[in-house]
Amino acid sequence: MAKTETILELQHVYKYFDDFTALDDINFTLDQGKFYSFLGPSGSGKTTILRTVSGLILADKGKVLFDGQDITNLPAEKRKVNTVFQNYALFPHLNVFDNVAFGLRLKKMAKSEIDDRVVAVLKVIQMDGYENRMISELSGGQQQRVAIARAIVNEPRLLLLDESLSALDQKLRQQMQYELRSLQQRLGITFLFVTHDQEEALAMSDEILVMNDGKIQQSGTPVDIYDEPINHFVANFIGASNIVPGVMVRDYEVAFVGKTFECADAGMRPNEKVEVVLRPEDIDVTTPEQGKLVVNVDSQLFRGDHFEINSHDEDGNQWLIYATNSIEDKDKVGLSFTPNALHVMRFNEDEADFDARLSQYEEGDNAD
Amino acid sequence: MKKVTTLTKTNRLPYFSLYFLWIGLFVIAPVALIVYQSFFGIDHSLTLNNYRTYLSSSVYLRMTFNSFWFAFLITALTLAISYPTAYFLTKLEHRQLWILLIILPTWINLLLKAYAFIGIFSQSGSVNNFLTFIGVGPQQLLFTNTSFILVAAYIQIPFMILPIYNSLVDIDPAIINASHDLGANNFQTLWRVIFPMSINGVRSGVQAVFIPSLSLFMITRLIGGNKVITLGTAIEEHFMTTMNWGMGSTIGVVLIIIMFITMALTAGGRKGKAKS
Repeated sequence: MAKTETILELQHVYKYFDDFTALDDINFTLDQGKFYSFLGPSGSGKTTILRTVSGLILADKGKVLFDGQDITNLPAEKRKVNTVFQNYALFPHLNVFDNVAFGLRLKKMAKSEIDDRVVAVLKVIQMDGYENRMISELSGGQQQRVAIARAIVNEPRLLLLDESLSALDQKLRQQMQYELRSLQQRLGITFLFVTHDQEEALAMSDEILVMNDGKIQQSGTPVDIYDEPINHFVANFIGASNIVPGVMVRDYEVAFVGKTFECADAGMRPNEKVEVVLRPEDIDVTTPEQGKLVVNVDSQLFRGDHFEINSHDEDGNQWLIYATNSIEDKDKVGLSFTPNALHVMRFNEDEADFDARLSQYEEGDNAD
Repeated sequence: MKKVTTLTKTNRLPYFSLYFLWIGLFVIAPVALIVYQSFFGIDHSLTLNNYRTYLSSSVYLRMTFNSFWFAFLITALTLAISYPTAYFLTKLEHRQLWILLIILPTWINLLLKAYAFIGIFSQSGSVNNFLTFIGVGPQQLLFTNTSFILVAAYIQIPFMILPIYNSLVDIDPAIINASHDLGANNFQTLWRVIFPMSINGVRSGVQAVFIPSLSLFMITRLIGGNKVITLGTAIEEHFMTTMNWGMGSTIGVVLIIIMFITMALTAGGRKGKAKS
C-alpha cells in the first residue's frame, strides 16, 4: 500500500560540476500530499537536488523516478512538476493574468477554461482583481503569490519551492509560512521546499531532510531532528546547542566535564568517545550548590522573550543558556537539566545505524 | 562641515553649460542652418519653391520611396542576421572576445571597407574567381542592387548586434528556466519569452540602422554604381555638384522629419512603466 503513495524517488543520484561533487549518493522517497523541506547551508546541494527533480539539470548517475516512471533524462518542459523560483522569475513583459496563464496556453487549452482556471487560482491566493497589473507594479509578497499561482494552476502533483520566502521581510515571511502550509493542506499537493532557514523548515514541514556537502545528513520529522540530531553538523545547524566532548561510560551514563550523568542514550561501546548535546532552553539556572554543573557567567543579553546567558565551565567549555529570569550580581551559577535533555552523538555514525540503534534501545526502554 | 555641498541648481550650471554649448554648436545650430538654407532658391531669394518642387516632382518622390525601400531592405537583412548572431553570442564562453571581433570592423574607415568590397566583387575579384572555379563563370556583382544591400548590411550589422546582445544578456536566466519549467520548449521560450523581452534592443537596433540607411551615399555610389539614387545621394549632388544648397537643405529637412517619425514609431508603448 505504501508504494502507491510514493510520488518521487531518487536512487543513488550523483551530480558533478567539474571536480566538485554537488550530489553524493542521494537516496530518498517522497510521499503524496506531504510537505518536505530540504534544509542546509548554501552550497550544500539542496538547490541542485531541486533542479535534478525539476529537470533543469540532469543527474550524472542514478535514477529519478516520478510516480514510478523513470524521468532521469526527461527535459524540464516534459515533467509534471512545477517550481516557485527564488526571486519568483515572473515574466516582466506579461501582466498577472498572462503570467499565470503561461503554462495553460502552452497546453493548448480552450480559452474559456484558461480564464476559469486563472480566475479560480487568483482567488485561492487572494489576488483576484489584479489580473491586468504588470509585475513591476506588485509588492514582493504579491509577486510571491503570483509565482505560486503560476505554478499551481498547472495542477502539478509535486510543487518545488526554491528558497521562495527568502526575499520577503520577516513579518511577511512568517505570514507566508502559514499560508503556504494551509495551501499545501488544502490542495493536497506534495511540496518540496528548499531553504537555509531552519525556523522556516521546522515550522512548515512534515519531514525535513538536512543537507551538507552534497549528502543528506539526516531526515525525519522536525521534532525528531531537533531532539535527536545525528551529528555535530545537524545539532549546530538546527537551533542553538551546547556541544561538549564526553565519554559514554556505559548504557544510560555519560561523562563530561569530569562528572558522570544519567542520560537517555544507549547502544554504544563502553568508554566510547562521544559528543553531548544540550539545548540552551533545556537548562535551568539554580544555585551552585544545587546545580549538576557550575559555570562562570560571562555575559547576559535580553532577547525579549528570554535572557541569553553566555558562560563557561572549569574545562573552558562554552555554555549558552536561555533563561526566563535574569541573573543578578552572580558570577557563579549552577546548571540543572533532566537526563532526557542530554543527547549523545557518536562520531561518524550513518543514518541507517543511527535509526537502528535508536529504535533498538527505545524498545528496550519500553520493556523496562 | 561647510565644504559638504550637494548638486543644487546653481552649482550644477558649470557642468551643464558645457553640455548645452556642445548641443547648441553641433546639433541645434547646424539644424537651424539647414532649415534656414532650405528657404533660399538657387538665386539666393527667399522662397518656398524648394518645398514646392520637392512635393510636386516625381523624381524626388521616387527618390524618397527608394530611400525608404532600400533602408527597409537593409534593416530587415541586418536584423535577420543580427538577432540569431546576438542570441548565439550570449551562449558562447569567451563572449567579450567575440563582441570585440564584432566591434572591430567599425573602427575601420567606411571608405576603406567600400574599396575592399570593390576588390572582392570586381570582375577579377575573389568571389568571381570562386564562381569561375566551381564552373558558374564570372558574374556582374559590383554595381547591382544586391551588392549594395549586402555591403550596407555588412556595415550596419555591429550597430544592430550590440543593442540586441545587451538586451539578451540582461534577461535573468531564471526566467528562461521558469519558461521551461512551465512546459515551454526551446522554440516556445524564444518566441514567448526571450524575443518579447529583448524587443527594446531590437527597437534601438532598428533605429540605429534604419535612420542612417536612409541617407547613405558613399555606398550607393561606390558599390551600387549610382543606379539607386537615394536622398543621401541627392543631398550630396546638390551640395557638391549643382551647388543648389537650398534644394539640398530641403531634402535634409525632409530626412530630419522622417527621422523623428521613425523614432516615434519604434519607441513603442512600454506598458506598465508609466505608473512606477
